Amino acid sequence: MIKFLSNEKNHVFLVPLISVLLGFLAGAIIMMITGINPADGYRALVKGVLGNPRKFGEWIVTATPLILTGLAIGFGFRTGLFNIGVEGQLIVGSFAAVAVGILIEAPRIIHLPLVLIAAAAAGALWAFIPGFLKARYRVHEVVVTIMLNYTALHMINYAIKALPGSSMTRTIDIHMSATLNNAFLSGITGRSRLHLGIFIALVMAVVFWYIIEKTSFGYELRAVGFNPDASQYAGMRVNRNIVYSMMISGAFAGLAGAMISIGTFNYARVIGAFEGYGMDGIAVALLGSNSGLGIVIAGFLFGALKAGSSSMALASVPKEIAEIIMAFIVLFAAMNYGIKVLLQRLGKERK
Amino acid sequence: MFKKSIALLVVMMLLVGLMAGCAQKAPEQPQPTAPAEEEKTEMTVGFVTDIGGIDDRSFNQGTYEGIKKYADEKGWTEGQEYKYIQSNEEADYIPNLSAFGDETYNLVIAAGFLFENAMKEVAPQYPDTNFAIIDTVIDSPNVASVVFAEEQGSFLVGVAAAKATKTKKVGFVGGMDFPLIRKFHAGFVAGVHAVDKSIQVVDQYAGDFGNPGAGQQIASTMYAQGVDVIYHAAGGTGNGVINEAKNRVENGEAVWVIGVDKDQYEDGKMADGKSVVLTSMMKRVDVAAYSMMEAQEKGQFPGGTTTTLDLKVDGVGIPAENPNLAADVVTEINSFKDKIVGGEIVVPTTMEELTTFEASL
Repeated sequence: MIKFLSNEKNHVFLVPLISVLLGFLAGAIIMMITGINPADGYRALVKGVLGNPRKFGEWIVTATPLILTGLAIGFGFRTGLFNIGVEGQLIVGSFAAVAVGILIEAPRIIHLPLVLIAAAAAGALWAFIPGFLKARYRVHEVVVTIMLNYTALHMINYAIKALPGSSMTRTIDIHMSATLNNAFLSGITGRSRLHLGIFIALVMAVVFWYIIEKTSFGYELRAVGFNPDASQYAGMRVNRNIVYSMMISGAFAGLAGAMISIGTFNYARVIGAFEGYGMDGIAVALLGSNSGLGIVIAGFLFGALKAGSSSMALASVPKEIAEIIMAFIVLFAAMNYGIKVLLQRLGKERK
Repeated sequence: MFKKSIALLVVMMLLVGLMAGCAQKAPEQPQPTAPAEEEKTEMTVGFVTDIGGIDDRSFNQGTYEGIKKYADEKGWTEGQEYKYIQSNEEADYIPNLSAFGDETYNLVIAAGFLFENAMKEVAPQYPDTNFAIIDTVIDSPNVASVVFAEEQGSFLVGVAAAKATKTKKVGFVGGMDFPLIRKFHAGFVAGVHAVDKSIQVVDQYAGDFGNPGAGQQIASTMYAQGVDVIYHAAGGTGNGVINEAKNRVENGEAVWVIGVDKDQYEDGKMADGKSVVLTSMMKRVDVAAYSMMEAQEKGQFPGGTTTTLDLKVDGVGIPAENPNLAADVVTEINSFKDKIVGGEIVVPTTMEELTTFEASL
């Protein structure tokens, strides 16, 4: 057992797993302090995501954009960029999808791919700005992307109202040829909002893995992230690769936006403040160790915590408990080095 | 040695966590339903907040206070007969409404037009549950819509404004220009002119409910023109109007603001403890929630219909306490109230009706 725990090969999945368990343990302690039976709390959480087919469907709906924002953040991390602008790229992407969904009429087989491409392209374009500024003028991407988040929020709120037929708060529904909704998926999950987006998210996770791990292009992107000077010396086009990395990350974020706008809602909404999908993406990427598979698993986990929290509220467990658990998981995931060291020490002292 | 014990401790914690995890999941199926069913009384009420949260000092809070009031009278406990779920984002509206539906709550209440789409989606799926929505109308057999006669309350504060103005000039600041806010506008102007036709009413729409800066700027312009009472129907934008009035009163000017939705007297308080808020046009969302619960319990739930809360049932009106209004003004307001309730005065709800109303004066 101890040998298994201290074996470094196993740390890839052991460390995140331990983070999650510690997070739930900390959540249990908080619940006990506030006078709630942790067993009741977690039972409500499980019931909230598996209690009936509809809840299961809603869980997947919640997890879908989280997986994609996780991929967006993760792609940035792997290539040495901290793309905190996922939130803004998501907003731009969600709008682009709806705009194409409303303004263009086409058969579904053309229309649906078109809206998805529009969302990805809009996200990529929005991410191009910080990428270009970093590559050309060495402006730090964190500063630019944070500012662009606000720009996106207010600009898109304006643009939504400018679409034909929009009210002050939302656009009209998109043409049904552009929606990700699927009667079959919704039907088998008790009329939940489950849509085709989850398959797109899973395919994108594979794309992520393929680009990063299997292509020389991905290798170059990673190399530039590790050490731009060495990459330059090795003959790589550093500036171009920084822009590409940002744009690919932005494309994932734009798709995440489409999941919300043409999957969950079928219209674009004027929002007063950020909804936090981008920030949750950081947590997902961190817990998923920036790997495709890890991000998918982490996305489902955080999705479960978010989707299950209304059932927790029904069982008189404050929704905030779920948020505290998420925060603890992220905290422990960020301390992964400490957990690794502890595990290694366990092995050494045994000898 | 110390380090080793830490390491062991961590591993032990993990194992406990793992076991705890397994232990909790095992009895998940049979247990939860049994005790819950037994404790259920004849009526359960659920409330879903919008993204403003339960303590928004506005719609959500007001509605929940109404629910609590009813529950307290019946001796209910929170978490048993009534509960609320907070929505963190708009995507939560449908799951949160459905969560109550899944538990077959008798009555589920939501406040605000933001719930319109979610309600349309959810209500037909749970025919055994009654839904109530406040401030918007939904046509569904198990949904009761509650709206307010904002024009009637606005008429009364219009009377107050006409009595308070020294310059014979009053102002109206609207949030966004759509029919609902026009109801406030028309009612207010009608009230002012019912007292004195020679009073001039200036108006402006800020185009936003959440922009105090714009509100302050509009108020500044109006006060500079000689307006000395402003009625705002502009949500957060109105806070700027109140701020501007505070600044001016602190500089020795005599100006007033009339609040909206709730009693805004406290919001208008200055350093010396006096308030610039003359009175407020209150929308009693708590009354809405209370009356829906009452109807549900009596078995008279008005599903599929729209209930308008007006002056007759005190669904709109001015606060009980108005420190800034003289007693004779309150008397006059009450006499107008009686005339409206009695049907002697029909308050206009649109600008067109206002024109006809003014011609009849």
